[in-house]
Amino acid sequence: MILAASAGGILVWIVWVAAGFACLASGIAVISFSNPFYSALALIGNLGSLAVLYLLLSAEFVAAAQVLVYAGAVMVMFLFVIAYIGPRSETPWAGGPSWQSLGAILAAASIFVEIIVAIGLKAGGRLSHSDHVNATFGSPGWIGRLFLTDHLLAFEITSIVLLVAAVGGVILASHARRREVPA
Amino acid sequence: MLGPGVAWYLGIAAFLFATGALGVLVRRNPIIVLLSLEIMLNGGNLALIAFSRHARNGAGQIFALAVMAVAAAEVCVGLGLVVALHRRRLAMDVDALSELHG
Repeated sequence: MILAASAGGILVWIVWVAAGFACLASGIAVISFSNPFYSALALIGNLGSLAVLYLLLSAEFVAAAQVLVYAGAVMVMFLFVIAYIGPRSETPWAGGPSWQSLGAILAAASIFVEIIVAIGLKAGGRLSHSDHVNATFGSPGWIGRLFLTDHLLAFEITSIVLLVAAVGGVILASHARRREVPA
Repeated sequence: MLGPGVAWYLGIAAFLFATGALGVLVRRNPIIVLLSLEIMLNGGNLALIAFSRHARNGAGQIFALAVMAVAAAEVCVGLGLVVALHRRRLAMDVDALSELHG
């Protein structure tokens, strides 16, 4: 029994290391490719490996929604727009280190260090243990019950936000031609 | 919990957030800026779901789903702006787009 549990733990570790490494590597690939098409494809890999991490955290419905909504719908929209406006390559790190990219690297590194220090100081000892959850945790029925009881207002407002954003996107993309103002 | 604890997931989330912030600050192409914003939002989502698992409370997962919907809305408006830029034959460079007049 203990042997089986430790074998399962090792398996979870292996999956975690693989998914985490894919996640970090594809995240770096997104910001370092010069072609936006390759960046979008790398982001699909990033979202897929994040879905594996969500599954390890027993959030099954969120993992499925991540694959369907994010890696499916949103990224297809990105790829359509990239194909519509045509390839525009940009060399991100060309011309040596400028003061802007140096400052950006400094800012991003300081954000990372701040978060790690905050986690380590404030919550490091208390975050290492966690008990087992019951089988319905993260299942679609459980999420749906939460959405329709405790979080009904958030659910409805989310639909309104999406509707307004869709209307705004259509208006932005369709009225783009400059109209001559009568003098 | 089998496998790594919540702090390991939070480390990945922090790294993703910093990577996305670096992309937003360095890149000039507005599409890649939007992609980097997606990375930042996903880093936040991973932290939310890790804390939800740690606290055994569903509010974190609900909030992660709301963040997903907000990210879809943001992508919708942002890509509308990119298409409008393309129609007006403006430069695809966020440094050149510093003025708001039409």
